[in-house]
Amino acid sequence: MFVARSIAADHKDLIHDVSFDFHGRRMATCSSDQSVKVWDKSESGDWHCTASWKTHSGSVWRVTWAHPEFGQVLASCSFDRTAAVWEEIVGESNDKLRGQSHWVKRTTLVDSRTSVTDVKFAPKHMGLMLATCSADGIVRIYEAPDVMNLSQWSLQHEVSCKLSCSCISWNPSSSRAHPPMIAVGSDDGSPNAMAKVQVFEYNENTRKYAKAETLMTVTDPVHDIAFAPNLGRSFHILAIATKDVRIFTLKPVRKELTSSGGPTKFEIQVVAQFDNHNSQVWRVSWNITGTVLASSGDDGCVRLWKANYMDNWKCTGILKGNGSPVSGSSQQGNANPSLGSNIPNLQHSLNGSSAGRKHS
Amino acid sequence: MEELDGEPTVTLIPGVNSQKKQMCFDWGPGEMLVCETSFSKKEKSEMVPGCPYIHIIRKDIDVYCKILRKLFNESHGIFVGLQRIEEELTGKSRKAQLVRVSKNYRSVIRACMEEMHQLATGPLLLHLLDWVRLHVCEVDSLSADVLGSENPSKHKDFWKLVTVLVLQGRLDEARQMLSKEADASPSSAGMCRVLGDLMRTMPVLSPGNTQTLTELELKWQHWHEECERHLQDGTFASSPHLEALCKIMLGDEAALLEEKELLSNWYHFLVTRLLYSHPTVKPMDLHRYAQSSLDVFLGGESNTEPLDNILLAAFEFDIHQVIKECSTALSNWWFVAHLTDLLDHCKLLQSHNLYFGSNMREFLLLEYASGLFAHHSLWQLGVDYFDYCPELGRVSLELHIERIPLSTEQKALKVLRVCEQRQMTEQVRSICKILAMKAVRNNRLGSALSWSIRAKDAAFATLVSDRFLRDYCERGCFSDLDLIDNLGPAMMLSDRLTFLGKYREFHRLYGEKRFVDAAALLLSLMTSQIAPRSFWMTLLTDALPLLEQKQVIFSAEQTYELMRCLEDLTSGRLVHGEPDAQQLQDDDIETTKVEMLRIGLARNLARSIIKEGSLEGS
Repeated sequence: MFVARSIAADHKDLIHDVSFDFHGRRMATCSSDQSVKVWDKSESGDWHCTASWKTHSGSVWRVTWAHPEFGQVLASCSFDRTAAVWEEIVGESNDKLRGQSHWVKRTTLVDSRTSVTDVKFAPKHMGLMLATCSADGIVRIYEAPDVMNLSQWSLQHEVSCKLSCSCISWNPSSSRAHPPMIAVGSDDGSPNAMAKVQVFEYNENTRKYAKAETLMTVTDPVHDIAFAPNLGRSFHILAIATKDVRIFTLKPVRKELTSSGGPTKFEIQVVAQFDNHNSQVWRVSWNITGTVLASSGDDGCVRLWKANYMDNWKCTGILKGNGSPVSGSSQQGNANPSLGSNIPNLQHSLNGSSAGRKHS
Repeated sequence: MEELDGEPTVTLIPGVNSQKKQMCFDWGPGEMLVCETSFSKKEKSEMVPGCPYIHIIRKDIDVYCKILRKLFNESHGIFVGLQRIEEELTGKSRKAQLVRVSKNYRSVIRACMEEMHQLATGPLLLHLLDWVRLHVCEVDSLSADVLGSENPSKHKDFWKLVTVLVLQGRLDEARQMLSKEADASPSSAGMCRVLGDLMRTMPVLSPGNTQTLTELELKWQHWHEECERHLQDGTFASSPHLEALCKIMLGDEAALLEEKELLSNWYHFLVTRLLYSHPTVKPMDLHRYAQSSLDVFLGGESNTEPLDNILLAAFEFDIHQVIKECSTALSNWWFVAHLTDLLDHCKLLQSHNLYFGSNMREFLLLEYASGLFAHHSLWQLGVDYFDYCPELGRVSLELHIERIPLSTEQKALKVLRVCEQRQMTEQVRSICKILAMKAVRNNRLGSALSWSIRAKDAAFATLVSDRFLRDYCERGCFSDLDLIDNLGPAMMLSDRLTFLGKYREFHRLYGEKRFVDAAALLLSLMTSQIAPRSFWMTLLTDALPLLEQKQVIFSAEQTYELMRCLEDLTSGRLVHGEPDAQQLQDDDIETTKVEMLRIGLARNLARSIIKEGSLEGS
């Protein structure tokens, strides 16, 4: 892997989230400077900022894109206790020449009484739906029944998690065998708080979300959570960012063995656990086929985890900052020797050799 | 593509301090986004001085595909051929086939090597220039910045831009920039003109150039001497910028090294150096220049990195070395994937009691194919590899293919064809929906309608048809008539769409003066309930001119029907609450229309009864 481009982000404060759109041709960034920026990739591969606007009255924690079937739609959530939905308006031809586009706020979701820590759109087969979670311990699920009128959103469900929530993940599986499912992580620090990871399932009969599982083995604060894309498996894979990286499988137990009408019971197993980040793991995210997991931790690195054909997981890549300055507006060819990167001496000479790229 | 065994590859991200900060990231279909952030202390934000960069991380396929593209293409053909070898063939004939496949792979590798040798000198440099332009420097955004400003030649990056253009051999563009400078500051106009002329007259190689290399060499020498003369005479003495540019065009090594930052790497340095000092370089000499360029540029600071070794090997046209270096450093799955597949077909994997034999084959092929999908055109090769992975090939293809950016209609159609051939109906529906939505938002209703029809999305077709009808009511005419006129059986997709098609047909019939047919159609639109009630008033109003024709068009029975429709419509109208001024005005218009209709219908009834009464007699 190599750094193909480095783009000056131009935010006036810390950036908290970066997000690619579905096709990887647009991206959004959000920051403590209370704004969101949208960037577009041109045919030649250059990135230009096509919109930058104030979105909240507090730090913006997350920004996420809806599926392009619903148009160009973004959602953001903030310390200011709200989440918002934004839609791109096709502008005047002047704007197009200047390469600018406009985003308008379609709705503000004000139900939370505390900082809203995550916002995620549901899989597209569920319609235009999103979930938010807050420090007040409640997961709220909203739906826009008319995709051509994004100003109408209704609060469909309020799921109480009892603990301050930090992250949510929808199960992306569209298989009819799996009802809608959402996992919630909590970063509540108190030792009495037991249910740091909870999985809720939608019940067709009661038309409500009910708790299906609590992962009891996760006892430390959870910072991020992510279901893997499902390649036709009957079971689910869930990654957790906590004091280490953990990957669980959830195998649905046969229905006859559970009380009918209740949520599915799962057989839960840990298939991988890594503490290479040395301390807290803050983010986990799957690639589009669910074959590689990326994690980001306190050691300032992003690590890539992959299972081989024997289903053994291991780290196959590390992205690491060495503090060297970015030269020019584009960077080229930073591929580095693969051998012995964990040996201190070699690491030093690696840093040394990359200094050769500084061209001062 | 990450290594299976051995230590994880480390990619260094510039600008990020992993000692003090962390990174947030996101996956894209072919790239990753990475950005410095701080996850702790979220409630109080610390004002961070300076702005962090967003880094785009790509898989290495970009780097080696330029060199190995032909290899990928040819081996794809061999791979597909291998999969299709009849299963039933056993013994000698099977073995013969497999041996042939192996030979084919080897000959493809050899052919790649030979092709590189056969490249004429001219095209070689052009290839290299293209390659450099593709990989280095964001000229476009710099150019937009400078040209977009009030006084481009006074922009702080003006000379930087001109220098970059000259370094990349884009002399026409550089000359244009110089003319701006000439306009803006007359004192340097003379110098700019001279340098511009030199730029214009530099003998260049172009594809299909008929002159011989010797002729070119001669002309170039001449030109080079002229530049040298200007420099010696001090033509550009009063402008350090112009003088530096002249030196670069003379291939002056020191001048080139001054611009190290703009060159940013040694292979750009190599190409520029060749362009301005050895334009007729022969492939066999390339390696020498490459090695010396690398040494000079890096100034002996460091050891070469794997990427450098690959490029050096490429410049040496040592394909074996290229592949070997690629496999080690870049974990290129090409070799491993194709070899394993061949072994599997030879049943050699199984003979070693590796129960996961075919799993491993599929695993490696999936890896390779996924990698191809990161490339904007090689993804098409990847499709066939997925096809021959029985377990996860189809679902992997589904996930990858819907992420391909639909930048042009042509590309979208290509992608759709791949999906339709494989009955991936959900992907077809989704892609068409995305395009339909984009069209609607850009008010391209015709395009939106075609995509909705292709997606078989009745709901969206209804929505778009409604828009068409709304447009018609507002503007009095239809857009995209061609499309609506030629809907054919697609019209049946949704009631609203059928109505749209039929309504347009009504207008056509009216235009052709086939009034009786038009009248019958108009009536049927209401009586068959195909027309939405909201549109009935418009339809009845459309009937007025037919009622007022000299000849009687609507029969008595038809007139009764129309009257019934009108009464149906008006009786359903209720007043809600206090009508405001606008509503009263609207009501007035409504009432007038209804009155006119009633009169028209009554008159027509009378006339038609008379007409039918008299006809029956004769």
